[in-house]
Amino acid sequence: MGYQGHFRVWRGSDQGGGLEDFTVEVNEGEVVLDVIHRLQATQTPDLAVRWNCKAGKCGSCSAEINGKPRLLCMTRMSVFAEDETVTVTPMRTFPVIRDLVTDVSYNYRKAREIPSFRPPAGVGPGEYRMQQVDVERSQEFRKCIECFLCNNTCHVIRDHEENKESFAGPRFLMRVAELEMHPLDEADRVGEVQSSHGLGLCNITKCCTDVCPEHIKITDNALIPMKERVADQRYDPLVWLGNKLFRRS
Amino acid sequence: MRAQIAQRTLRTDRWWLPPLTTFVGLLLISIYAAVRTFMGDHYWVDEYRYLTPMYSPCLTEECLPNAAHFGRILPELPGFLTPPVIIIPFLLGFRVTCYYYRKAYYRAAWLSPPACAVAEPHAKYTGETRFPLIAQNLHRYFFYAASFLLLINIYDTAFAFSTGIGLGNVVLLVNVGLLGAYTLSCHSCRHIAGGRLKHFSKHPVRYWAWTRISKLNAKHMQLAWASLIFVCLTDLYVALVASGTISDLRFVN
Amino acid sequence: MPEVERHSFDVLVIGAGGAGLRAAIEAREHGMRTAVLCKSLFGKAHTVMAEGGIAAAMGNVNSNDNWQVHFRDTMRGGKFLNNWRMAELHAKEAPDRVWELETYGALFDRTGDGRISQRNFGGHEYPRLAHVGDRTGLELIRSLQQKVVSLQQDDFAETGDYESRLKVFQEFTVTDLVLDDGRVAGAFGYWRESGRFVLFEAPAVVLATGGIGKSFKVTSNSWEYTGDGHALALRAGASLINMEFVQFHPTGMVWPPSVKGILVTESVRGDGGVLRNSDGKRFMFDYIPEVFKDKYADNEAEADRWYADPGGNRRPPELLPRDEVARAINSEVKAGRGSEHGGVFLDVSTRLPAEEIMRRLPSMHHQFKELADVDITAQPMEVGPTCHYVMGGVQVEPDTGSSSVPGLFAAGEVSGGMHGSNRLGGNSLSDLLVFGRRAGAGASSYVAGLSARPVCSDDAVAEAERVAVAPFSGSSGGGENPYTLHMELQQVMNDLVGIIRKADEMDQAIKRLDELKRRAATLVVEGHRQFNPGWHLALDLRNMLVVSECVARAALLRTESRGGHTRDDFPGMDPDWRRKLLVCTLSDSAVDVVEEPQIPIRPDLLALFEHSELQKYLAADELEG
Repeated sequence: MGYQGHFRVWRGSDQGGGLEDFTVEVNEGEVVLDVIHRLQATQTPDLAVRWNCKAGKCGSCSAEINGKPRLLCMTRMSVFAEDETVTVTPMRTFPVIRDLVTDVSYNYRKAREIPSFRPPAGVGPGEYRMQQVDVERSQEFRKCIECFLCNNTCHVIRDHEENKESFAGPRFLMRVAELEMHPLDEADRVGEVQSSHGLGLCNITKCCTDVCPEHIKITDNALIPMKERVADQRYDPLVWLGNKLFRRS
Repeated sequence: MRAQIAQRTLRTDRWWLPPLTTFVGLLLISIYAAVRTFMGDHYWVDEYRYLTPMYSPCLTEECLPNAAHFGRILPELPGFLTPPVIIIPFLLGFRVTCYYYRKAYYRAAWLSPPACAVAEPHAKYTGETRFPLIAQNLHRYFFYAASFLLLINIYDTAFAFSTGIGLGNVVLLVNVGLLGAYTLSCHSCRHIAGGRLKHFSKHPVRYWAWTRISKLNAKHMQLAWASLIFVCLTDLYVALVASGTISDLRFVN
Repeated sequence: MPEVERHSFDVLVIGAGGAGLRAAIEAREHGMRTAVLCKSLFGKAHTVMAEGGIAAAMGNVNSNDNWQVHFRDTMRGGKFLNNWRMAELHAKEAPDRVWELETYGALFDRTGDGRISQRNFGGHEYPRLAHVGDRTGLELIRSLQQKVVSLQQDDFAETGDYESRLKVFQEFTVTDLVLDDGRVAGAFGYWRESGRFVLFEAPAVVLATGGIGKSFKVTSNSWEYTGDGHALALRAGASLINMEFVQFHPTGMVWPPSVKGILVTESVRGDGGVLRNSDGKRFMFDYIPEVFKDKYADNEAEADRWYADPGGNRRPPELLPRDEVARAINSEVKAGRGSEHGGVFLDVSTRLPAEEIMRRLPSMHHQFKELADVDITAQPMEVGPTCHYVMGGVQVEPDTGSSSVPGLFAAGEVSGGMHGSNRLGGNSLSDLLVFGRRAGAGASSYVAGLSARPVCSDDAVAEAERVAVAPFSGSSGGGENPYTLHMELQQVMNDLVGIIRKADEMDQAIKRLDELKRRAATLVVEGHRQFNPGWHLALDLRNMLVVSECVARAALLRTESRGGHTRDDFPGMDPDWRRKLLVCTLSDSAVDVVEEPQIPIRPDLLALFEHSELQKYLAADELEG
């Protein structure tokens, strides 16, 4: 049943730090977060880790396990060999606070920059009528638990800190898609998704989709459809001509 | 300040294998396609009316008369150029701007990124915001062009049946089937067919089309490879029959 | 004067779940400068865990539904111990709160004619729960979060500062409320990240801190649920009611051990899932209590017909209120008819086609696949009771959410009364919104009516700081480890004040709690204040201990079984006890529980019930009145 597992955990702060080795008990059915908690309770009482629901629903315990962005609570120990060293590091894209905890305020800043849902004029509460087929696309995106693993893995900001200014990250580009596909939303965000939120920086290499613990098809269902909408408005000469001629905005 | 981790990646799996496989695959196919393009020969089997998709439509003066189904409407090409150079920009353009191939070569050839959570080697990154990559937004025009060429391929395939049925016909048929599936599964096609709509419920036919295309679209990568490889195999088969290396296996006539 | 970071606001909301955010939105819309303080990141509150739906009598699926029916169901579910005014407000206002969410951008599942779809749930007579698959809580928290952001964008457009009127302080723990002459003057706490202390000066505080589940070993609750709000209220001088009523959700995961307690949504049963014991028997038919006999089917054939024809058949007994189902499972396991890991089997795989399960219960499928390696479309789930919700909480004035302490308000799980002795599934999310909004409005008008703002004295702040750092200066050598104490507390509460209770066990529990309290005084925490989980737990323990004592003492006093309180030694429900509330207060760190008469139900509300039904709950003299 139980065995002694080898762990390497990054410990430190913004002042520096490094990987530390631990040997710790692992029991049947456990996830990586259980082992981190055992470390806290038995060896390193001040090991910092952010977590909450422990059921993959809140998106708090994002980190990197053997180099892959994952939720600590949804990574079962059974996927590793017993003699394998499991390396746990904080998300790389965001500033570290301490140990496995990072400062994810970038994401909250970006959330504020996306224009909110604009309710339909003249339709009161209780009068909203929407068909199931019309809400399903946005519903997929609303499954997002905001673990920010997609933003963490996206090379646009992971490898290029300077792009953080102009790039909202997959999470919030998907938020734009969600609102654009909302059957009753009345705002148009297509122009600014390209100009202000950095959709053009996305080169659709799909890592956001690969790491999404909710299995949302971020690239195929949100980012590419947004790129196509931008193409509709900006790169389609016929549409462009039509807009010029008929002064549509 | 980010966590100080010296390693470029801590991934322990063979993350370099998929991009390497992609790179080698694309390289081999490019070489084959280049060789066949500039060979300028063995693209037409007159007896059974097999025309390789790489040379369809054949529009210039140097085309074999029977292979030019729509007439030799363009003058002779200068120098080493061969008939396919007229259509290749469109076919290549469709594949190069395809959302799947973009992922494939950005990862495999440009290492941007080589794999998820593996640092890329470039100091600066501007994505698809500037020339030339901003032209990726023209994908849908290549989709229109490729669809048109696909119709011609379908015509060629049907035309080849007029002499009977052989293995070559089957190969051509499978080829247009795969090309058709790849073209239909294109993200731009999905968008144009229905994805751009805000209210599916008001457009039941387009919604139906969108759901079907969405199913195909989920297999876009597999179809991209299958159709690409099979075009080469089709061409190879036609070339082998045309050059007399092998003879076509006939079922009828 | 102590050196602490200071902020000044009109209304302080502690907790950023459904109730807290709704209260904050309301306060901000009343023009109050509002702050939200939360222990986790913004958007991670425990509300995201709610799965099944939000109960509101909109009548979209069955047009016979209306607030009166919802009110009746709520009172029945709570065994008539509910504060009737809260139940009335809740039933009347829930639909408006749900529709309001749509104006924030929420996307519920739809009916064929485009309205909000509603699903069946335990204890609800009609399909009543608005839902989004089985992730309704996430939709609720995200919609409120996005509304907060949208208000901040409005403020930015006007003032150039996103946070000029509504600011969220995340990963922040409040350790004590600061009073000025018995009135709320502010709150003291620390940044979890840096350990730095902060004083918030504010004349009104809305508690929206949720529940107390982390005092129990097997719980569906997250680490945040340490009864902070309950304890803050007690220490400020407010009273708690109904603390003996703790809801054990009948279906929590039981295996593997590391996920034991994680919730399995009631929608599994609402959508056709059935409970079987190890003999393969649908045992719930044996556990239909007398009061529910006319509403629940007593044979499988009728129960199965109900899904297609709810009008002509009685409901399957799997959909009895949670307390009944939890007790039934407990009895089956005790009788040796449990599963391998000490639960029973919940099976939907033989009841619905796989695609239908994937569509209706996607996150359950995901949860079992990822955590237990069980494919619920092909295999039954193993489930057992798990501590889920506390019905008890701060005694509040129903219309405004105000407590007995001026300036102190409470809403959501931390408040008491609304759900009586047992909460119906789906009534929690609607409770959060209805009373979150009311508490926000109540706090706003309280602040608007003040002539002078209360002041936080330096002494009070210094004292709060002294208490907060105490764990670092605990006696060296022989000092207690907070993790050990916490585990012992959970074991005591689970074993001795758990789902089935006995007088002698609870006596023992009170003694053990006393001892734990003494040992807690010698807690020692290593390291420094920067993101130190041991220290955080030490401070949370202080809250858990006092709240656990309320639970144990109230449970010992109530010598009957009702809803979430089951006494092995007093198995029956006693109409006399229905008229009594147990009220918990704190003076000089001593917990005191006393009886208080329950307010009689307003006659026109009483008239909504059949006389024959009331006879089951009310004493004879009440019926005459």
